[in-house]
Amino acid sequence: MNAAIQHYLDEFKQRRFAEGPLHETRRRALALFEQNGFPGPREENWKYTDVRPLRQRPFTSLGEAPPDPGAAGIDAARFKEMDCIELVFINGVYAAQYSRLAGLPGAVTLENLAAALARGDDLPASQLTRYADDQASMFTALNTAFIGHGVYLNIPRGTVVERPINILYLSKANGQPHAAHPRNLLILNEGAEATLIESYIGLDEADYFTNTVSEVALGAGAVLKHYKIQQESLNACHIGSLNVRQDRDSKLESHSIALGGALARNDIHSRLAAQGAAIDMNGLYMPNGQQHIDNHTRVDHLEPRTFSMENYRGVLNGKSHAVFNGKVVVHPQAQKIEAHQNNANLLLSDHAEIDTKPELEIHADDVKCSHGATVGQLDKDMLFYLRARAIDEERARSLLTYAFADEVISRIALPPIRGRLEYLVVGQLPDAALIREFTHAH
Amino acid sequence: MLNILDLHVRVDNKAILRGVDLHVRAGEAHAIMGPNGSGKSTLANVLAGRDGYEVSRGSVAFEGEDLLELAPEERACAGIFLAFQYPVEIPGVNNVYLLKAAVNAIRKSRGEPELDAVEFLGLVKQKMKLVRMKEELLNRSVNEGFSGGEKKRNEIFQMAVLEPKLAILDETDSGLDIDALKIVAEGVNSLRNQERAIVLVTHYQRLLDYIKPDRVHVLSNGRIIKSGGPGLALELEQKGYDWIAGTEAA
Repeated sequence: MNAAIQHYLDEFKQRRFAEGPLHETRRRALALFEQNGFPGPREENWKYTDVRPLRQRPFTSLGEAPPDPGAAGIDAARFKEMDCIELVFINGVYAAQYSRLAGLPGAVTLENLAAALARGDDLPASQLTRYADDQASMFTALNTAFIGHGVYLNIPRGTVVERPINILYLSKANGQPHAAHPRNLLILNEGAEATLIESYIGLDEADYFTNTVSEVALGAGAVLKHYKIQQESLNACHIGSLNVRQDRDSKLESHSIALGGALARNDIHSRLAAQGAAIDMNGLYMPNGQQHIDNHTRVDHLEPRTFSMENYRGVLNGKSHAVFNGKVVVHPQAQKIEAHQNNANLLLSDHAEIDTKPELEIHADDVKCSHGATVGQLDKDMLFYLRARAIDEERARSLLTYAFADEVISRIALPPIRGRLEYLVVGQLPDAALIREFTHAH
Repeated sequence: MLNILDLHVRVDNKAILRGVDLHVRAGEAHAIMGPNGSGKSTLANVLAGRDGYEVSRGSVAFEGEDLLELAPEERACAGIFLAFQYPVEIPGVNNVYLLKAAVNAIRKSRGEPELDAVEFLGLVKQKMKLVRMKEELLNRSVNEGFSGGEKKRNEIFQMAVLEPKLAILDETDSGLDIDALKIVAEGVNSLRNQERAIVLVTHYQRLLDYIKPDRVHVLSNGRIIKSGGPGLALELEQKGYDWIAGTEAA
């Protein structure tokens, strides 16, 4: 038995999860993990991402209570000028004292998933693993085995939650490198609408492992605006996925911004399961130094007249490595669908590396599909134009780099989120102070 | 102000300029005319400092300084402005902020204090009228989604704001309808004064109906083969470039 696998089997035993409706699910998932272990480079899905750094360290979800960052620490992670409903987790553990759940519309359920499961509620238990597939990823299986803290959201039919729901997953050093396996279950029934932000933030340079899985069910006509902002510590490993099933005319707008982590992987998988279902995916990744950031997306067009749009951009610096894989599968009966995908990359350093792969698998004949991937340096004509206008070369380069990334950020409709991301993105670039002169007046 | 002596320039190892001499004094407007491929745009780009042009012989002095030693941004700070033939679209870089940064970079290089937001806005408002620039274009990304005419007008607008000592207009007339051409010419004329020199690079005489040059030069096959007063442009228009090439051969 592989020591890395044994480590998690031992952890599972020591956690002593309560018997209950989920127990069989956990055991099955753990057995699956035990059998398959961590993915290796021979698996097509993990060809360019080596998870050894993660496997070799005994991250633990046992042990001491999470540290308290204090109100000031939490405030720094919050959005200013945006009134949110907020759930705060520290090292994967729900922090009720910092969460703000007041003011939710009457029949909406929003709570720590562990609390709902502890009450023995059928609904979350019966829905879990319906949208995320343990077979498809051993990280999902591992997460399923450890299901506990996370967000359970259930919005009844026709209800619109106006205020954004902000989920803060904060991490802070706590002696041993910790593991967190957050599980979010988000159910938007027919006609429900919400904006939800998942933020993963390292409060210091701690070494830890976040293994997060979100499951989303969108009923007919439901609209979810989903933001994922990944700002883990530069020593952390982050594996996350968003797994969605979309019913008729539902709409998912996904924005995924990946800045942090030594090793980070983000998957999005949506099944467009009825006519009119639409997904729009925007993404930005900006690895620097030795960072490795992998984005995999997959959309299954299962029915006619379903729509997917994808626009991902990467800015790579240092000796970083990024992976983009965008898969679109058009199933045989899915006529008259539209699927468009674009991935553009900017390499700021000769030592940075990108593996980009669009994959279209089309089994229907009346479809509109397009895809494109580009890898390049800054545009010479633009650079010269700016320099001919007295902007020095260094500043011109920074400005154009920022403009490239801003193409993704400018699609974000909520100003506080856009503002925060602009600030963060500028911070990742060389000459941040110079660009701020340009952008603060926006 | 500008002294070009025996300038030879190669692009991709091909000789494009083959011994150009040009002397422009403050206050003068010179037109460089010539058929396609004669080297007109190469001359404009070399003066502004674009990469990819190899000066194999000759010199360019601007106010007594060796221009070829300077980076493009240093040339801009020294007072050289190139109005581009094909102004590039720069999504994500705001027009106004680019201009403000440009103005302040130039002021800084001259040891002048930077303009604050109010002073800058006052300057912009005043210059916008010159080229009848639409206000909505100001806050857009540089040239993004601009029509051909709007791009050219934006170039002249930038020139008006930056007040260069030497303005080089590279085929600014191409692609403009007659109304747009008049507006652009009005803008240029309003900027003419005793301290400022203008070099107009153009294929057609049409622009020179509206901006009267002091001198006209005909560039052909990398050399200035004929120079004269404004009348030369008219003569060229009537007789065509073949006439010049013919006289040279004869």
